[in-house]
Amino acid sequence: MSTSSGSPESWIASFCSLLGHEYFAEVSEDFIEDDFNLTGLQTQVPMYKEALEMILDVEPEEDDEDEEDEEEEEEDVSGDARDTRPHAGERRHHSRIASDLSVIESSAEMLYGLIHQRFICSRAGIQQMSEKYESNHFGVCPRTNCNQTRTLPVGLSDIPGEDTVKLFCPSCLDVYVPPNSRFQTVDGAFFGRTFGALFLLTFPEYDLTRSGNDTVTSLTRSQNSDSDMLNGVFKKNIAPGLGPNKIYEPKIYGFKVSEIARSGPRMQWLRNKPQDINVLDEARQFAEEHGETDDDDESMNLNGRAPARRRPAGNARLRQQQRQNQNGSPMAIEANGAESEL
Amino acid sequence: MDDFGSESDSDYASYWRDWFISSRGNEYFCEIDEDYLTDRFNLTGLNTEVQYYQHALDLVTDVFDLDCDDDMREMIEKSARHLYGLVHARYIVTTRGLAKMLEKYKKSDFGKCPRVMCHSHPLLPMGTSDLPNMKAVKLYCARCEDIYNPKSSRHAGIDGAYFGTSFHNIIFQVYPALIPTKSTERYIPRVYGFKVHAAAALIRWQNTQRDDMRRRLRKMEVETGFKDGEDDIEEDDDNDIEEDEEIVGAVELNVATAGVLVPAVERGGVA
Repeated sequence: MSTSSGSPESWIASFCSLLGHEYFAEVSEDFIEDDFNLTGLQTQVPMYKEALEMILDVEPEEDDEDEEDEEEEEEDVSGDARDTRPHAGERRHHSRIASDLSVIESSAEMLYGLIHQRFICSRAGIQQMSEKYESNHFGVCPRTNCNQTRTLPVGLSDIPGEDTVKLFCPSCLDVYVPPNSRFQTVDGAFFGRTFGALFLLTFPEYDLTRSGNDTVTSLTRSQNSDSDMLNGVFKKNIAPGLGPNKIYEPKIYGFKVSEIARSGPRMQWLRNKPQDINVLDEARQFAEEHGETDDDDESMNLNGRAPARRRPAGNARLRQQQRQNQNGSPMAIEANGAESEL
Repeated sequence: MDDFGSESDSDYASYWRDWFISSRGNEYFCEIDEDYLTDRFNLTGLNTEVQYYQHALDLVTDVFDLDCDDDMREMIEKSARHLYGLVHARYIVTTRGLAKMLEKYKKSDFGKCPRVMCHSHPLLPMGTSDLPNMKAVKLYCARCEDIYNPKSSRHAGIDGAYFGTSFHNIIFQVYPALIPTKSTERYIPRVYGFKVHAAAALIRWQNTQRDDMRRRLRKMEVETGFKDGEDDIEEDDDNDIEEDEEIVGAVELNVATAGVLVPAVERGGVA
C-alpha cells in the first residue's frame, strides 16, 4: 500500500490527534486492509471508496487505471459490492472537485469511526485501548463515592448519528456524560455498545477498587485464585463503588430523611449491593433451592441406573429438612452450599 | 440578578458582595441580604471561627475603613470570604435564601447531572460536612439521589461547609413540587447484545430491592414517586426473556480477525 510521501503524518494519526479525539485508538492499516473487517460498511458510508482511500492515505491522483482495475477485481470477489460499483466509478471522476473533498472528509471520519468500533473489540485494538486506559486517557467517574475510578468510552447505540460518546464507570456500572464539551461532538457508535463490557471481561485482573489517580504508573494485575471469582469476575471487582456505605444518605441537621417522607430516598437501590456478594451466585442458589443436581441425575440416569439415582435424591430431601429446621438463615444456606459441593 | 435584595441594598452598599458573587469560581453562591448579615443573631458563634471577625464583617458589609498594609488586607479579605461562606450556609436555608437558590437551580447555575439517564437534571451544591475545612463542595442530583464532584477545578476547591449538609434536602421539603419523578431507566452492560452475567445478576438483585421498597411504600400509602406505567411487571418480563442469554466470565472472543460478527461469541450458559 503506497502511502503519500508528502504528508508528514498519516491521516489516521492526524485524526486521532485532533481536539476531542483523545479517546480514539489508532486503527492499524492491516486491520483496515483486511476486507473482511469492513463487511457491510459500504452500504453505510457514502463515497465509501474515496473515504477508504483517504483513511489509508492513498493519493487519488496516483490511483490510475491499472490500480482501479485491480481494485475492481478485488471487489468482484465480495458479492455485495457488485451493484454499487458503477456508481462508485462515476463518483470517482467527480471526486476531484474541491467541494467534494469535505464530503469525503466527513465520510472518511464516519468510516474510520465504524472501523474503530470493530477494531477496539479485536485483540490488537483492545490491547491498545488498555494502554490508553492505563495512562488515564478516558478520565474518571464524576460520582463522589466511586473515588475517581477510571472510566471507559462507550456508545449507547451501534448506529451512527444517534448519540454521542459516554463514559462507563465499572465501579458503579453507570454511564456518564464526558465532562468536557468537546466530546459532545464525538459519535458514540464509534466506540459501540460492546467495548466497555468486553474490556472488563478481557482484562479481569485490573483492580477496580483502586482510585484512578494514585495508580497512574501501575494498575496492579493481582494474582487471584478461582475461589475469589463470582459470576465470572473477581468478587472485589463487582461494582466496588456500590454497597451499604457507598450510598448517599440524605440528612437534615443530622437526621436521616425517612423513606416515608415524600422527599425521602427512592433511588438507593440503584447504588446498592448485597453485603454478602455470594447472594448474587444465582446458579448455586438455584441448585440449592431445587434439590441440587436432581435434574441432572434424572436425565443422566435414564438408562436404568435407578439405585445410583436414589441416593443423592434422598440426601437432598434430608438436606431440605435440615434447611427448614435452621429457618433459612443465610449462614445455614452457606453451610448447605458447602455440603452440596461434597 | 434578583428582586430580593433590592429593597435593602443600594448599589453602593452591596459592593463587596456583588464583587464576590460575580467573581469567577463563586457561581454557586447567592447574595446574602444586608438585613441578614447585620442581624448579630444570625452570626452567633462565627466570631470564634473567623479570624479578624469584626474587620471581615465590616468588609462584607462595606463599612471597612481600616488603614492597613497589603498583607493585613489580604488576610482580612480571606477571612471575609470565609465568613461569607459560613453565613451563606445559614442563609440558604431561610425562606429568602431558599427562594434565591431555587432561582439559580432553575437556571442550572450549579451544573447538570453527568449521569446519562438523568438527562441533564439540574444539580444542587452541598457539603458532606457542616464543619469548615473538611470536605470540598459536592453536587447533588435529586433525580438519581446521588452526589457528584464538580467538573470544573475552580469549584473543586470550595468548602462544602459553605452550603451545608441540609440545604439540598430542605429545599425539597419546602418545595415538594420540585421533586423530580424517579425513573427506573438504567444502563445495562452488554457484549454483542448479550448481558454480562455479573452485572446482570447485580441488576436483578437491585430490582428486587426496588420492588420491595415500592411494595413497602404502597402498603403505607406513600407516593412512590416513580413514573406511572413504569411498572415492575413489565420490566421483569423484559429481564426474563434475555435471562439465559448472558455471557459468563471471561469469554474467549474470536474477534481478532472478525471484528463484530455475533457467531464469534462463545456463550457460557448459566450452570
